[in-house]
Amino acid sequence: MTTETTAAPRKRKPRNFALLSNWAGAAFLTPAGILVSVFVIVPFFWVIFVSFTNRTLLGRTALNPEFVGLGNYLTLFDPATFFQRGQFGFSLILTTQFVLASALLGQALLGLLLAWLIQTVPPWVKRITETFVIAAWILPEVVIGFAWFAFLDRDQGTLNMILEGVGLPPGDFLLQQPFWVIVAFNTWRGAAFSMMLFSSAFSSIPPSYFQAADVAGASSWQKFRDIGLPLIHGHIVTDLILITMWTFNTFTPFLLTNGGPSYRTELVSIYNYRVAFQDFQFGKGAAVGVIMMLINLAFALIYLSIGRKKKVR
Amino acid sequence: MGLTIPAFVGRIAFSALAALIGVIFALPLLWFLFAPFNARAELGLAVPAPWTLSNFFTVFGNSYAVQALWNSFIQAVGGVILVGAAATLAAYALSRSSIPGKGAVTYILLLFSSVVSGSAAMVPIFLIISAAGLMDTHLAVILTFAGGLLPTAMFILRDFIDSIPKSYEESAMVAGASPVQAFFDVALPVIRPGIVVIVVWSFVNIWGSFLIPFILLRSDSNMPASVAIYSFYSEAGTPIVTLLAAYSLIYSLPVIALYLFVSWRFGFRFFGGIKA
Repeated sequence: MTTETTAAPRKRKPRNFALLSNWAGAAFLTPAGILVSVFVIVPFFWVIFVSFTNRTLLGRTALNPEFVGLGNYLTLFDPATFFQRGQFGFSLILTTQFVLASALLGQALLGLLLAWLIQTVPPWVKRITETFVIAAWILPEVVIGFAWFAFLDRDQGTLNMILEGVGLPPGDFLLQQPFWVIVAFNTWRGAAFSMMLFSSAFSSIPPSYFQAADVAGASSWQKFRDIGLPLIHGHIVTDLILITMWTFNTFTPFLLTNGGPSYRTELVSIYNYRVAFQDFQFGKGAAVGVIMMLINLAFALIYLSIGRKKKVR
Repeated sequence: MGLTIPAFVGRIAFSALAALIGVIFALPLLWFLFAPFNARAELGLAVPAPWTLSNFFTVFGNSYAVQALWNSFIQAVGGVILVGAAATLAAYALSRSSIPGKGAVTYILLLFSSVVSGSAAMVPIFLIISAAGLMDTHLAVILTFAGGLLPTAMFILRDFIDSIPKSYEESAMVAGASPVQAFFDVALPVIRPGIVVIVVWSFVNIWGSFLIPFILLRSDSNMPASVAIYSFYSEAGTPIVTLLAAYSLIYSLPVIALYLFVSWRFGFRFFGGIKA
């Protein structure tokens, strides 16, 4: 290896000068290549394969699964049960609503508002607000889960304490409004990413644009609408695609509600877990995984094609 | 600065709104800040009187709790070493060699890694680990995370290496260094900040995650803190709040420390989403 690699670059200098020979490059790529192949690429194809079988975790079909063709998919998309609670269609619609409400409306709008606000407020207000928004985002998910569990507790929780303090009726929100709880939870948990993305986008706009607007007597809202928003619209698209993908795949609400009560917070990721690891139907779980991956693929392709266009320009 | 009165009022309104949102974000965390120091903590919010560290002593006296933290450490550090080493080598190769199709490789990797998320791939990952006979081992968790985090790590690091001029290594090689020497002695020290970012990012990801160890591990002696925390329930099924709160805080400390480190050392600018 050494003789080849040391000799090669000198001859070809200066054009097409590669610091690493192809041989050494391939060697450098091998460890990552093996790991990624086994844990990312193989699962992609294996899940497709398993989705055509009736494989289970236990019992006879665990070792000798039979080929069932599209059977799992037909069960998932059976029109008779599709929209029933605890069925695939129900969790798919629930997840769509969850993504719309908590990612696209919640995280993106709140992140945008925060990013705009912290541009102008005094540094100490900015620092305190940022600290808690980012803390919500970086702390481990189980810790966040318990903190919210305590926050929402019916008898002692902080939320009910505040509600009673201002004269509003307390509630057992995890039981009464589980969907809106996980929407609020995910908005709270993820707003930091949008805030930071938009904040760095806003601070990359030349200050002279805003100064000129100030001279012309523009209000903050006008500056936001006519200068800030148009100049960061590329970042907005990036943000929307990323948070949609993450929210679509998130498993964290499971820590708060377990998918219940009575399947009312069973997002597709949680549905997938229940079918595969609680009902032991691996084939059916794999089919859910395939559909999730197809949806991910659509978003990833949009995201990457936008990224490529940016590079070409 | 001559502020007009409406502009002044506007700035106060902005500050008030920002502070209000900050307070709303803080509310769910207040319990988590107070309860660990309260010997009689319950789910309700109460300022500890008196403040005490006794809950922490209880945690450290619980061998199972300590074992779980140690397990988290083994799995996170193992994963980080694997991700750091493999990603550095691979990103360097993608940046500096002229292997045909390396652009396509990067693109396809990124595509696959965003498609194959943990929650969509739980069935095949379980089957792969089970087929490899690694069920209920630290190695299972380490390898799974390494595979999943590598594409993004390689992508971030490749961007970083591309931004470093090749002339450093070139001059070393003109002076007679072999490419491997140029990599270890010249390039590696220069790309260290990029490696630190990846290391911190993958540590935080593995340390905090629940789903993968929850699926791949069975025995108590292998459970990381994220899963073990669910055993802090009394026989009646109610959480032992004092233990839980102190444990949550200890378990969060490494993440907080790393965040502060990154924010001090690199100014916590935007790293393309330090968390997946």
